Amino acid sequence: MKETSVLICGVGGQGILLASDLLGKVAIEAGLDAKKSEVHGMAQRGGAVVSIVRFGDKIYSPIIGENEADFILSFEILETLRQIKFLKKSGICIVNNYELPPFSVSTGIDKYPENIPEEIKKHSKEMFLINGLKLAKEIGNSKTVNVILLGALAKRLSFPKECWIKTIKGHFPPKIIDINLKAFELGYNN
Amino acid sequence: MKVLLSGNEAVARGAYEAGCNIASAYPGTPSTEILENLRKYKDVYVEWSTNEKVAFDVAVGASFAGARTLVAMKHVGLNVAADPFFTVSYEGVNGGFIVITADDPGMWSSQNEQDNRWYALMAKIPMLEPSDSQEAKDLIKLGFDISEEFDTPLLFRLTTRICHSSTPVTLGDNITHKIKGYVPNVSKFLCLPSNARRWHPIVENRLLKLQAYNEKLNKNIMEINDTSIGIITSGISYQYAREVFPDASFLKLSMTYPLPIKLIKEFAGKVKKIYVIEENDPFLENNIKILGIQVTGKDKIPICGELSQTVLKKSFNISTPEPTELTVKIPERPPVLCPGCPHRGVFYTINKLKLHAMGDIGCYTLGAFPPLNAMETCVCMGASISNAYGIERASTPEDKTKLVAVIGDSTFFHTGVPALINLVYNNGCTTTLILDNLITAMTGHQQHPGTGKTAREEPARKVSIEELVKGSGVNRVFIVDPYNLDELKTILKREVSIPEPSVIIARRDCVLRIKPQFAMKVNNDICTGCKLCVNLGCPALTFKDNKAYIDHILCTGCGLCQQVCVKKSISKEQKC
Repeated sequence: MKETSVLICGVGGQGILLASDLLGKVAIEAGLDAKKSEVHGMAQRGGAVVSIVRFGDKIYSPIIGENEADFILSFEILETLRQIKFLKKSGICIVNNYELPPFSVSTGIDKYPENIPEEIKKHSKEMFLINGLKLAKEIGNSKTVNVILLGALAKRLSFPKECWIKTIKGHFPPKIIDINLKAFELGYNN
Repeated sequence: MKVLLSGNEAVARGAYEAGCNIASAYPGTPSTEILENLRKYKDVYVEWSTNEKVAFDVAVGASFAGARTLVAMKHVGLNVAADPFFTVSYEGVNGGFIVITADDPGMWSSQNEQDNRWYALMAKIPMLEPSDSQEAKDLIKLGFDISEEFDTPLLFRLTTRICHSSTPVTLGDNITHKIKGYVPNVSKFLCLPSNARRWHPIVENRLLKLQAYNEKLNKNIMEINDTSIGIITSGISYQYAREVFPDASFLKLSMTYPLPIKLIKEFAGKVKKIYVIEENDPFLENNIKILGIQVTGKDKIPICGELSQTVLKKSFNISTPEPTELTVKIPERPPVLCPGCPHRGVFYTINKLKLHAMGDIGCYTLGAFPPLNAMETCVCMGASISNAYGIERASTPEDKTKLVAVIGDSTFFHTGVPALINLVYNNGCTTTLILDNLITAMTGHQQHPGTGKTAREEPARKVSIEELVKGSGVNRVFIVDPYNLDELKTILKREVSIPEPSVIIARRDCVLRIKPQFAMKVNNDICTGCKLCVNLGCPALTFKDNKAYIDHILCTGCGLCQQVCVKKSISKEQKC
């Protein structure tokens, strides 16, 4: 299999690293070589967070350069723009339609950019906007946004669905497996 | 069966498989998860020590007693532990002893970009560098063997992208290493000059033996492809280079000190032009040039910052796709203190009182950023108190009353204690604020001597910060709740003006460790949009349609905004 690179981005605390963990595990489960890279520490305190997952027959570098991602899975709409330089022109963006204003915006120094979806569309082949929080509330748990978004990504990747379900079952503690499977289905079918 | 492990997880797994008995560390990004993951293996004794030097000395003692030991730290931690590092090189080991340094090219979470490979050269200690998690696991096992065979500590050098990248690993069985037990050996373990003079030639000879060993090490891999370009590399740089130069010939080194001279010469004989591709300093390049072999690297590749495929392509003028040009300006999103962080009120108060705060290393370094702007210096772990006291020595009597040192609980135990004792002993009067959130927060909540729990979260003796401070000779010791702005302001204002040392302990749990019960809410009919609350710099508090707005999900109900609101427009509600 030719290598595929997925960049997952958002704001510290949104559950990005969990999403990339699951994706990496699915790729291994599917018998591929896979590498995952992220940065811990100070950046996680409400800053911009990025995790990269690459999979294929043979992967060398765990990170990607500009114009090298096949997918961006974004948990916050503005963060999509910050990372879009890494997306191939033929790449696909799956974006959580959710705004978390950075501090400079909260205090009125900067403006939260308008028309972000239009800008994303300009630099990608396709864009899917997902109302993650609304969907999460539908199943009664606002903390499942990350798994919902992962479901939406899974739909567009070529791994068998069973691989995902097996990985989710193996990853979460028993009492939250069901809610996360539900969240995954919701994202997958959205 | 392969599993995806981060470099840090793989190091822990390798240590377990190699029968490591004892591991010590002080948390520091990107090294923290090594010890955290070693906790999975019940056979290994693990501890968070008070600082890297202490962790190092504990590991040395255990090695002297014949245990296989490991000590882990971030790159700057090895500066703290440098004193024993150099001496133990002379003394050697009994049980295998690995020193892990996790360097941080790109300074993702560090104050400098020092390249710790030089430590191996300077201390005359062998060094291994893995390029992925499988190698990390395998080389740790090899490292214990090398350490014991050559009677030397071994430096194991990781970088952020190895530590925090996950790659497939095949798990193996573990061996049991029987601890030999301590047997006195003064001629080996006592570093008197008379002994050290005898040891030094042995160390020099050991390097020659290690070099001969490295010549035959099957972990150094030579791949001969297109012979017009040969690349010598190690660690994560190999992965980047392999991707950018798929057809080139490679010499990938796993043991990067002492270098395998004959092997490098052999490689040089097979290829036309050699590039050395390495992150940060020209460590390999300079040491290969000394051998009289023609190589280049840093004439093209930057010394500063992390490497990547993109950086390499640019360095070698390999074409890259047109960069994406955006028509909108993207506001920055720097890290910030969390909503409800107990440090916020302290920095807000320092700012209001117009004090000069000398800072330290931890989450609270974020207090330097706008709108709090309440930290003016930061040098290294434990420096705040001595820096503030040093400034006090060089200040006028009036300026002395505006100085405060700000240090976290874990950092205080790390190296703040001797600094405070120095201040007391030398008749200083700087006020010290200990921000006690009852955990080592920045690195992800590790236990420390003040928490009453061991690294495995089992009960431990609790060291009381207030008793320690009083025992150090400070008479004026106050404990405040950092959610109480009035109390903070009254005490801080009073203490900085008093010409004797005081310590104010601002104590409250890190907000990430509690489940919030309340959230604040703005009454739009009363809010005048004065922005006083926005100056707290809370991520839950934004400004919408000329009014303050509080995000219910993010808010933890700390109530600071309610205290600063002069119009009384903010109230508390149950979290839903």
